[in-house]
Amino acid sequence: MALEAIERAAKSIVLTVQDYSLFSYRAVMNLFHPPRYWTDFLIQSNIIGVGSTTIVLLSGFFTGGVLALQSAATLSEFGATAVTGRFVSLTMIRELGPVLTGIMVAGRNASSMASELGSMVVTEQIDAMRALGVDPMRKLVTPRLFACISMLFFLTILADAFGIAGGGFVTVVMNHQNGTQYFSMAWEHLRYPDIVQGLVKPLVSGFLIASIGCFYGMRTTGGTEGVGRSTIDAVVFSSVMIIFFDFLLTQVLLTVFPPL
Amino acid sequence: MTEMPASAHPAPQDSGPTQAADSSPVVAFHNVSIGFEGPPVLQDVGFSIAPGETRILLGPAGVGKSVLLKLINGLLRPDQGSILLFGQEIATMREELLFALRTRTGMVFQEGALFDSLTVRDNVAYQLIQERVPDDEIDARVHQALKFVELDETFDLYPGSLSGGMRRRVAIARALIHRPELILYDSPTGGLDPVTSTTIIELVMKQRDVYRTPSILVTHRLQDAFTLCTHRFDSEQGHMVPLPKGETDPNTTFLMLEEGRLIFDGSIHELLHTDNKFVREFLE
Repeated sequence: MALEAIERAAKSIVLTVQDYSLFSYRAVMNLFHPPRYWTDFLIQSNIIGVGSTTIVLLSGFFTGGVLALQSAATLSEFGATAVTGRFVSLTMIRELGPVLTGIMVAGRNASSMASELGSMVVTEQIDAMRALGVDPMRKLVTPRLFACISMLFFLTILADAFGIAGGGFVTVVMNHQNGTQYFSMAWEHLRYPDIVQGLVKPLVSGFLIASIGCFYGMRTTGGTEGVGRSTIDAVVFSSVMIIFFDFLLTQVLLTVFPPL
Repeated sequence: MTEMPASAHPAPQDSGPTQAADSSPVVAFHNVSIGFEGPPVLQDVGFSIAPGETRILLGPAGVGKSVLLKLINGLLRPDQGSILLFGQEIATMREELLFALRTRTGMVFQEGALFDSLTVRDNVAYQLIQERVPDDEIDARVHQALKFVELDETFDLYPGSLSGGMRRRVAIARALIHRPELILYDSPTGGLDPVTSTTIIELVMKQRDVYRTPSILVTHRLQDAFTLCTHRFDSEQGHMVPLPKGETDPNTTFLMLEEGRLIFDGSIHELLHTDNKFVREFLE
């Protein structure tokens, strides 16, 4: 009995991964053949990009501030508070900016994609769309996927900038250190590989958020309860996958661009 | 009832290679079976819909009526068997090709399935908007379709502010605006009060008698089925009238499902005089 249960669970996982891979492949390939729904892409860019700006800016600013507070306390023991700016900017750009932005956007948008598409599935709106001769993958999934990838890229840049600004605010106003020194340290020690590392990650996170959100939404079953389940699964899996792929990408990128 | 202007009713069909010949069935099922997890939902189902014919699919809830309807326009794929739609095999047809074929059918879903984030105008015009029809023409055709279902005043409203019966009528307008060659009605009167149900059945009858569009109507309400058989739509009076006593509409016939199997296929006369125990119990 136990063995059968394990076999069923394993098959279910393999089947889900296979379905997800095919789903993602179709969503990406749709961009290369008409019809393309550019209006839907712009609408989704507005919802994902503009709609997430406030939470991303606030979380970026306060994360930078916390980094400055924590690092200054430790660095002061070695008389190295001058490198606070370098610490904050490198940490924000290489790691915390992309990951935090990804998780914030996942919480807001993977959930909304899963619940919106899930509701459409259980109320037969997806079937109605297909019956009207419109491909829901092209109309609903592909615009969300590419809007999320492109918007997360820009949101991460904003989060990085506001994180460094938050660190600067804490350094100057609360730690009473020199602002010019903070910002020059933050700027001078930045290398292109740091920026590349920080900007590759949101592209992958954006793909994960939209593809997982839409995937769980489109395979919703079981009425309103099923919509709730899909929403939870979408947020949980996209958040975990963002952190997992961050780990993988960091390994790869550190190999490609070894630290000095 | 308002007449649907000429521009909004089914146009004469082109006799292209994809068009079913006049006498050939619009839909033909041969030994179709489908199952999900568990026992099969439909087994060895075979029937056809001729041009101008209205078929009423009867059966208790959960017997596979909606599944059968979704098989007709390829929303579901059969596990085995053959399905011909407008003379083309769709059981194995690629989804991209099916989208084009589906635009020739109109489907009214059980609860309407209107897009709740769009206005009634955008819902009804959904197909036209995708085809980039000019806005002026869209507005005119939407007004015509809404007048047909007597809901022109809902043009700018959202589905959330409509009653259940109004949503079904808007769904009918959406299904008809593209001049379909086949209409699929999935329990259009389910859960509605008798007055609203009669209004919906009258619309179905009007489409049948005025525009001769072939259709299949799923229902478990015998009253609706018999009304369709024993009445006709009078265009001059603008409402349905009973046929002379003893007469029934010859183009309206019945199908009945029991536990996934088609147990009856025939006219109302044959239905009322069948020896099949399940059919008799259902009728009683």
